[in-house]
Amino acid sequence: MIPAQFDYVRAGSVDEAVSALAEHDEDAKVLAGGQSLIPLLRLRLAYPEVVVDVGRIAEMHGIRDDGSHLVIGAMTTHAEVITNELLRRHCGLIAEATETVADPAVRHRGTFGGSLAHADPAGDLPAVALALDAEFVIAGAGGRRTVSAADFFVDYLQTAIEPAEVLVEVRVPKLGDGWGYRYEKFQRVAQAWAIVGVAAAVRRSNGSIAEARIGLTNMGSTPIRASAVESALAGTGAGEVAAACEAAAEGTSPPSDLNGKADYRQHLARVLTRRAVTAAAGY
Amino acid sequence: MVKISITVDGERHEDEVEPRLLLVHYLRERLGKVGTVVGCDTSNCGACTVHLDGNSVKACSVLAVQADGGDVTTIEGLANGEWHPVQAAFKECHGLQCGYCTPGMIMAAVDLLANNPAPSEDEIREGLEGNLCRCTGYQNIVKAVQLAAEGGAR
Ligand SMILES: Cc1cc2nc3c(=O)[nH]c(=O)nc-3n(C[C@H](O)[C@H](O)[C@H](O)COP(=O)(O)OP(=O)(O)OC[C@H]3O[C@@H](n4cnc5c(N)ncnc54)[C@H](O)[C@@H]3O)c2cc1C
Ligand code: FES
Ligand code: FES
Repeated sequence: MIPAQFDYVRAGSVDEAVSALAEHDEDAKVLAGGQSLIPLLRLRLAYPEVVVDVGRIAEMHGIRDDGSHLVIGAMTTHAEVITNELLRRHCGLIAEATETVADPAVRHRGTFGGSLAHADPAGDLPAVALALDAEFVIAGAGGRRTVSAADFFVDYLQTAIEPAEVLVEVRVPKLGDGWGYRYEKFQRVAQAWAIVGVAAAVRRSNGSIAEARIGLTNMGSTPIRASAVESALAGTGAGEVAAACEAAAEGTSPPSDLNGKADYRQHLARVLTRRAVTAAAGY
Repeated sequence: MVKISITVDGERHEDEVEPRLLLVHYLRERLGKVGTVVGCDTSNCGACTVHLDGNSVKACSVLAVQADGGDVTTIEGLANGEWHPVQAAFKECHGLQCGYCTPGMIMAAVDLLANNPAPSEDEIREGLEGNLCRCTGYQNIVKAVQLAAEGGAR
């Protein structure tokens, strides 16, 4: 189908994007890679009056080392994330999960920031950002603010980004020595989207798990930090992981749809968490 | 209307377009490049795959205005006097039946081989996962890409 008419603004800087958005407020939409927005425009599920293209804002591209953190520009494409050496070294969980996103052509256009701003609970990167305690740098008329992952994902397709704001970059703490990670995803063969996904980062010391961080994909209206299983895993050795992972679906209310009912998703969450933690811990 | 300048299959075009115009419609309706087809409304099928600045993209999921200044290669720009090795391999291996998915499938395969000149069968299947074929069962498509790789396609 053909999208409804809209005006187009190509922003040259973050400030230009913010003022174009402020001028039109609720009627304007940011365009990043377009791999979620353009399908929505085509189906006329979205019909903004103005589209503000942030694709050519130099500041929003690329990945840099900031000591304790990596800073990932919102416009960095999935394909760039997968091949970036810094990211593979310090935040490999992001690269591993991104490899499972969509297909090569979509990964050439779709962006890291766009996936997070879109906040589809079935998307793979929100749960990863949550598990890694990422921080979101958001620009608005009043300047920039930083929002923690815990406060960023508000509801289904809804984040802390206000209508006249732009996500500029995401700061992700590096995983240091002793950390292992794994993204486990269960999907239909012909569809990339997760029925359930589990992002796990685990720090081992003296043969047992000292700390585990677990994010769940598609287990509710937002990505979910599985804190019950994180506590249950602390201090466990190889033989105790399976029992601890029984807590993986605690407090979740996943959707029921044609891919699976809620109780089946909860079952998947327990199984995938066990697999992800076992692999991440190197057990 | 927005002014754009795009190189398509080696030829430069200056045009005024509506912002909502999809790249695939620009190619087909403005430039007559009907080799690139549309197979779905959901960005899933890959029939519309072209290369933008050297990378495969779904032309139904890119606005023409986003491609401003870019360099596009379609299936029509692939042959250079004779078939591109991937086109020749699809013919040789019978990698198509109705042929609707073929332009996109070949563009995706060329992109795959550019990044990975000697892919395993699994890597071929994963590299083509964004392209759906309703006829062949994929077997001969995979064979064609293997043949092209052995023949040193790019
Ligand atoms: C066939 C197909 C399969 C897919 N499979 C998967 C999958 O398996 N897993 C997965 O996680 N994703 C999948 N995706 C989605 C893909 O990852 C998209 O790239 C991503 O959801 C959106 O990124 P984008 O850059 O294309 O954003 P866009 O489509 O440009 O934007 C998406 C939304 O975010 C907003 N936005 C984007 N960037 C910013 C910003 N910097 N500041 C403020 N707002 C912003 C836009 O206004 C819009 O509302 C798939 C997409 C397709 C088409
Ligand atoms: S027409 Fe189906 S993906 Fe473009
Ligand atoms: S040959 Fe008919 S869709 Fe592939």
